[in-house]
Amino acid sequence: MEIIQIVGFGLVAAFLALVLKEQKANFAFLVTLMVGAGIFLFLIDKIGQVLTMLQRLAINANVNMVYVETLLKIIGIAYIAEFGAQITRDAGQGAIASKIELGGKILILVMAIPILTVIIETVLTLIPK
Amino acid sequence: MGLDVNAVFQIAGLGIIVAMLHTVLKMIGKEDYAHWVTLLGFVVALFMVITLLDDLFQKVKGVFLFQS
Repeated sequence: MEIIQIVGFGLVAAFLALVLKEQKANFAFLVTLMVGAGIFLFLIDKIGQVLTMLQRLAINANVNMVYVETLLKIIGIAYIAEFGAQITRDAGQGAIASKIELGGKILILVMAIPILTVIIETVLTLIPK
Repeated sequence: MGLDVNAVFQIAGLGIIVAMLHTVLKMIGKEDYAHWVTLLGFVVALFMVITLLDDLFQKVKGVFLFQS
């Protein structure tokens, strides 16, 4: 099963990072970065299947595709920002990690503006004059 | 693109070799060569990681419909 592969891979990498941490800390950081990316690459096609299923559901329910696309982009931005923030925090740079998270939040907020405006308009139409 | 365990082992091995070379070179008195070897080893490992990260970000872009 894949989960055993992932856990084994993670444990091996944790062990290698520990071994490398005393001699050369920067190589340990590279090992953690490589494993973080490797595990997600292993999962990316499974995530792709889930997302295509979601899209097909949205098309059948004839939801406006703009919303679904912005939703998927927001998920992508959230994931990449979290990935970068975790890696930099792991390397000991808490300040940079929080800046990356701040950037991620603002970008997501900017992408959510059209959806928010539509919601506000529909709510206003519901209120009887 | 399954779990490329050997890539991780390559980086770990490179790190250990560079660390050993660093100490050996420091022992025989060639301090500056030691620093150069460490730098070069780090650059090679960084290049390997960067190629994998580039692949990851391209896949994420593809999956999450980043057409912008």
